[in-house]
Parts: sequence; structure tokens; C-alpha cells
Amino acid sequence: MSMTATQKILAAHCGKESVAAGDMIMADLDLVLANDITAPVAINEYRKAGCEKIFDQERVALVMDHFTPNKDIKAAEQCKKVRDFAGEKGIVNFFDTGEVGVEHALLPERGMVTGGDLVIGADSHTCTYGALGAFSTGVGSTDMAVGMAYGKVWLRVPSAISIVLKGKPKKWVSGKDIILHIIGKIGVDGALYKSMEYSGDGVQYLSMDDRLCICNMAIEAGAKNGFFPVDEKTIEFLEKAGAKAPRVFEADEDAVYDSVMEIDLSTLEPCVAFPHLPENVKTFDEFGDIKIDQVVIGSCTNGRLSDFVEAAEILKGRKVAKGVRVLIIPATQKIWKDAMNMGLFDIFIDAGCAVSAPTCGPCLGGHMGILADGERCVSTTNRNFVGRMGHPGSEVYLASPAVAAASAIAGKIASPYDL
Amino acid sequence: MVLKGKVIKYGDNVDTDVIIPARYLNTSDPNELASHCMEDLDKDFAKKVNPGDFIVAGSNFGSGSSREHAPIAIKYSGISCVIAKSFARIFYRNAINTGLPIIETDAEFNDGDELEVDLGAGVITNLTKGETATFPPFPEFLQKIIDAGGLFNAMKEM
Repeated sequence: MSMTATQKILAAHCGKESVAAGDMIMADLDLVLANDITAPVAINEYRKAGCEKIFDQERVALVMDHFTPNKDIKAAEQCKKVRDFAGEKGIVNFFDTGEVGVEHALLPERGMVTGGDLVIGADSHTCTYGALGAFSTGVGSTDMAVGMAYGKVWLRVPSAISIVLKGKPKKWVSGKDIILHIIGKIGVDGALYKSMEYSGDGVQYLSMDDRLCICNMAIEAGAKNGFFPVDEKTIEFLEKAGAKAPRVFEADEDAVYDSVMEIDLSTLEPCVAFPHLPENVKTFDEFGDIKIDQVVIGSCTNGRLSDFVEAAEILKGRKVAKGVRVLIIPATQKIWKDAMNMGLFDIFIDAGCAVSAPTCGPCLGGHMGILADGERCVSTTNRNFVGRMGHPGSEVYLASPAVAAASAIAGKIASPYDL
Repeated sequence: MVLKGKVIKYGDNVDTDVIIPARYLNTSDPNELASHCMEDLDKDFAKKVNPGDFIVAGSNFGSGSSREHAPIAIKYSGISCVIAKSFARIFYRNAINTGLPIIETDAEFNDGDELEVDLGAGVITNLTKGETATFPPFPEFLQKIIDAGGLFNAMKEM
């Protein structure tokens, strides 16, 4: 029977020749992930169940990235609980301040995920690793705790949307613009329960950072996972990260899709998702002046090196508009060091930006850049829900690093073409 | 199981950031989470819920983050069941795994309607309007998790 790439990975992980959309399966896990917010709940559930075992001490990752460096006493207690648990259980991949990075930038960078893997994480943006040719999806803490103990997860096999990318995007159009464009077209539940499987000649023009960004926001369309086929760029990325050689899965030629969407990347423009849904996507010809108070460049969506290179290209030799606070948050220690060694921090600091240690921080309204009532932020993060970055009366506008940097200089939402 | 209470109604795309804002995720205490449930959408929610009440919503309920704190906050607020046109996938899993009853249906209810829900029989009776609606059972696999009292118990039996 014909299968999508996602279905093939799932079949290979439950010992079946084939699976079909709608099947309920128990699948074997390659990696299980949780962070400082979701791991404490998972540990509670694990203890309540009287559980003792860990399925594989090398294949559990506990990443203290959300409210770290510890933002308050309660957050510190939560990290301590996870730290103690990791020590007690001999969990190897426990990452704390000094070593930690935003989880979905950190795990690929450390070569902890490879093509063909099946990964779950108690974090909705776990779908990021589809960029590496893996199946990965976000789950809750109880799923994570069971996965940690048994190495298994229950899944309903998803159907898929085929997204065919054609042509080459022009300068300043990035992975963020592509995924926002898609979510703007299909809506925040347009891919509910489904896979978003990418293909087409346009894929070759997308960097791994672009692909990671695109798969990262699959959840913002309601999807179970995003998936890019493995190509030379993937292999190069995996080798550099020291990951295992990938198991390559490709969709059958006669695989069945719920729908097919074709996108000519050469026609796309930079865009912005307006409050309070990621589907409220507009191009610059659709709105006027919108003054801003803050800019955030970082997160699991756009906190990678190429994102800061792009922002620096725009900020170089320019000044941030008076009254705008700009936060630069490299997603991992390695990205931080690389950006520093490339001289990007000189550019940012001379322009009037603040550079922070790796953290999810303001993306989810945790700390390090919370908004007051009525304030507006242009952010390279992934959600613009009511109250997402602070006061319920504040507003978040989602955009690429290029748009965020241009907006920082203009003091209003601005296109990189207008500078 | 038969549940009884009144409807507290919201719209589409109720996300987990309004169900329980991230600023309260520095705790995993269920009662503390419940005290802030829905406050960015409806600041009087915690005060107006009576044990047994239902949240009724539109499509894509529970969209956004994977935080299991969301179904936990709803459950401990006194809500007996969430009825929506559709659920975001992680919220759906979390509800099943943690034992918060959820129902997917297109049936319409008004804010304040008095409902009686028979989970086993799959029947919702609107006592205010004198109407009934039916809903399909869960897939057998998920019903086993529900019957076992959550995912950990189900795993022990598998």
C-alpha cells in the first residue's frame, strides 16, 4: 500500500509493513524530550504511577530553557526538581544554564536527532526536527513520562497535505515568510492532525535554518508534524553536528494526500502575522504605519546563526529608533559564540540592541522582555496569542529577522526593502 | 458517568496561553493553576464556575502549547467536561491521558444552558431547551486509556 514519508517512518517504528491514516499504533521512540516547564509535571506523573525505570538514559533529554536563567524562586525550584531527578536516574542529556540552549535549536546542533528518527517532546514545537527528515511531534507531560519509562508513544497515523515548493525566493524572503504565508492561506487549524510534507525544486534553495523554521511552525497550522526530504544539505548538516547517518524515507509516488498546495517561492513577499492569531498574515501593501515599542530576535523559530547574520546585515551602521527596545537572544551557546566571533554583537550593541543569554524568555511571556498594557512588539517568535508576551492588552506581530531588524530602525513595522 | 451543570461558552481557537498563561507555569500545583484558569479571556471564570459546569467552545480548542497544565487547570477549576467543535491535537491527547472528559460535536448550546451529559451512552441533554444530541464513542484504543484511568495505568495493562 502506498504511504507518505511520515507514514513510512511510523510503520518502521511499530514493526509493521505498512500503516494507513487513522490507524492507532504504539510506536518505539528514538528520543524523548521535556523542558523546565513540562518536565516537573512529567516527574509528578511518573512518581504518582510508582514508576522506577527509564527506557534508555541516553535517549531522554531534559532541557532547562524556558524560565532560565532561573527567573524566580518557583522557577528555580522547578529546575532543581528536574536536576535532582536527572541525577537520581542517571539521565545523561540534562542541560542547564551555561550549556543549555533553546531545545529545538540545541538538539539538532548537538546531533541528537537524525533522519528517520521518531521523537516526541513535551513542547509543542518539537515538530521542528521534521526538517532533518525525522518524525517528531509535541505531546504532553504524561505522554513524555510514559515515553521516558517505556520508550513508547501512542499515535494516530496522520493523513497529509502535500506542499510543493517551486522556484527561488528573492532576497529578504526567508523560511519565516514561507511558513507564515502557508498558515495565512490554510489557517490555524488548516492542517489539524495532519502532516505537512514538503517537496519540489524550491526545497534546494532553502537553508537548513529555513527548513527548521518552517517545520517549527507546523503546529501553528494545527499539524502533527512537518517533513522535509533528506538531501545533500541535510546530510552536510547532520555530519557537521555529529549525528548518526540518517535512515532516508521518501513518500511513494502514488502516496495519497488530503490536498496539494503549490507555492511559487519567487512570488512571495516579506509578511507579518498580526495579533492575535498566526493566520492573520499581511504583506506590506495591506497596512499602514504601526508604531512599536519592542523587537525580539530569537527563539526556537528564528534564533539560529543565519537569523542573526540577516538581522546584522540590516542593523550594520544604523541606530535603533528612539523608544524601541531590541532584544537579541541567540538560541544556543554555540550560536552565541559564533555570532560573537563574527563580530555581530559589535553591530547589535553599536545599533543600541541588548544581547541576552540563550532562553525562551519573552517568547512565551516568561521573562527577559515582558510587554506592558498597550505595548507592541515585532517578534521573530511563533505565537501572537492574547497575553503571549505579557499583559493581555499587549500585541505581538510575528515576522522574519529581516523585518524585525528593519522595524527596529524605523520604530514602526517596516520592510527591509524600504530602508 | 452522568455529568450535570451549566454552559460557559467561548468561541473558536481558545489557546492554551489564555487557558493558563505562561506567567503561572512556574508551578505544577493543580489548585494554584486552577485559580488562574481562563483569566486572560474571562477574568471572572474561576469565580463563576460551579462544580460540574461545562466549557462549550468552537473549533480548535486548546491550540498552541503542549502544556498539560491547561487540562489540569480546567479539571481542577470544577469543569466536568469540555465540549467543542474540534480540539487541537496535543490538548486532545492531554485530556485523554489526564482524564479530563472531552466531547467533539457540532451541536449548538447557549451560555447558561443547563446540560446533562451521559458519557457512556453518548448523549447530551439540554435541560433548558428540552433537546438532545448524540456523540460518537472514542476509538477503542483511546477508550481503554480512559477506562484504565489514564495512560500510565493503561501501559501497565498492555
